[in-house]
Amino acid sequence: MEHAVAATPAWAVLAYLVAGVLFILSLRGLSSPESAQAGNRNGMIGMAIAVATTLALHPTGLPFIIGAIAIGGGIGWVIAQRIQMTAMPELVAGFHSLVGMAAVLVGCAAYLNPAAFGITDGAGSILAVSRVEMGLGVAIGAITFSGSIIAFLKLSGRMSGSPILLPGRHILNLGVLAGILVLTGVFALDATAAAGGGPLLWIILGLSFLIGVTLIIPIGGADMPVVISMLNSYSGWAAAAMGFTLQNSAMIITGALVGSSGAILSYIMCRAMNRSFISVIAGGFGAEADAGGPKTSGPAKSYKAGSADDAAFIMQNAESVIIVPGYGMAVSQAQHVLREMGDLLKKEGVSVKYAIHPVAGRMPGHMNVLLAEANVPYDEVFELEDINSEFGQCDVAFVIGANDVTNPLAKTDKTSPIYGMPILDVEKAKTVLFVKRSMGGVGYAGVDNPVFYADNTMMLLADAKKMVENIVKGLNGGGH
Amino acid sequence: MDFLSILSIFVLAVAVGYYVVWSVTPALHTPLMAVTNAISSVIVVGALIAAAEGVEAGGVSMWLGLAGVVLASINIFGGFAVTRRMLAMYKKKDKKPAASK
Repeated sequence: MEHAVAATPAWAVLAYLVAGVLFILSLRGLSSPESAQAGNRNGMIGMAIAVATTLALHPTGLPFIIGAIAIGGGIGWVIAQRIQMTAMPELVAGFHSLVGMAAVLVGCAAYLNPAAFGITDGAGSILAVSRVEMGLGVAIGAITFSGSIIAFLKLSGRMSGSPILLPGRHILNLGVLAGILVLTGVFALDATAAAGGGPLLWIILGLSFLIGVTLIIPIGGADMPVVISMLNSYSGWAAAAMGFTLQNSAMIITGALVGSSGAILSYIMCRAMNRSFISVIAGGFGAEADAGGPKTSGPAKSYKAGSADDAAFIMQNAESVIIVPGYGMAVSQAQHVLREMGDLLKKEGVSVKYAIHPVAGRMPGHMNVLLAEANVPYDEVFELEDINSEFGQCDVAFVIGANDVTNPLAKTDKTSPIYGMPILDVEKAKTVLFVKRSMGGVGYAGVDNPVFYADNTMMLLADAKKMVENIVKGLNGGGH
Repeated sequence: MDFLSILSIFVLAVAVGYYVVWSVTPALHTPLMAVTNAISSVIVVGALIAAAEGVEAGGVSMWLGLAGVVLASINIFGGFAVTRRMLAMYKKKDKKPAASK
């Protein structure tokens, strides 16, 4: 019984491998919406195989275990049915924290009962290589947990989205990180730890919980798409580290898939903001921007304000309208009425398309999900590269709740904090209708947007949902 | 399995992950995060072992394992269910009659 893992029967090894392959297929399915549901089913089957195989290998305590699965599964199921689509970013952050905590619990259990995991040598001490994996797995899991909790609190508005800057935070974070790595090394070499004693693992755990918090609190709301992708990646690496400990191919394959998935998403998000990963992680974006960018002092610049009826009239008489949604649409839940507006315009013979910037919203693909929820067909929704050239020929760009992603200063003003960020060229449209709550706020980057003051722009100052509702009324009224 | 074979699986899986994830359409990036979240809960395997083996040994490691099973199960059921719900919303434009067929 000492080498439980080494004695894993061949059928079980193959079953775990099949589960791993099914997980690969589940991600592969997401290459198009048509195959995505089948992909998701593959993932479920893979998970069922992994769980069933494990239970068959370790058939003790089944009533407890099935009870635990039922409790957790029930909670998860209810959350999944009730959650609002606009709350998806905080849900995903919350789920990340659970994976992190589960990894921590597994690591601790393995440390306390190593024989069960087959990671002991003949004398009953924990193998050094297993201690490295365990230390890293517990550390990554703990960082994922506490970091995701902070991200969850920020995304759900329970904590301010603005950066919290501790003095000397870079030194603090680097010091703690170095401490974790050094202690993991000591943990691998220490004889007391090999026998399952001593405080080292608990110190590593405590430091990791701490650094998870201090890493995420300085990062502002606009950078959340990167943070959430990064934590996604971490949760994968934590699972992979535990897979090494358990020598389990399903866990290793999954960990590697999820780890690279999160890393790629982080990269895509950083590229879409023209910022380096390091500068996002260093945090503070949006806090100092007021001091940095060109001051908008002096006389208030003039802009043209319009009413819902004006907007309805302009769009009715347009040939093509491109709608640019942003986080503001999510906040005011305007997606359903926006689709209604699009339908009415289409009835009038207007071509309607949607343009999505990669970092619009609080997580990758956030806007796409909200539009899908509102029954906007996905073949009317376009990514930045695919639609940007069309603004020049379109009659109306209808910007709703987006700001920084339409700011042409990103192309011209080298002193601007958003310089170099790829933007949607809304200013090239014949008319820009810009829905915005008020002229006060200037986006998360704290940069003024010249589009507001352009001759071809009409500002529609109101809550996004109210404004679109009134436009819909205008469109209906204009019919008779 | 020795460490090197495991490492080989890991490295190859990272390579596979790299190519598979780049092929995911950006419109599905949110479901991608939800489903990766669900599958990373395969960590439940470790929790199940801890719980099952802990029953005999008794004590803390069993409870740690059971707590891990609960957390991972929230994620498995919640993650797959929410992904399903999201994916069900992605619809193509209704083809008007006579457009195809």
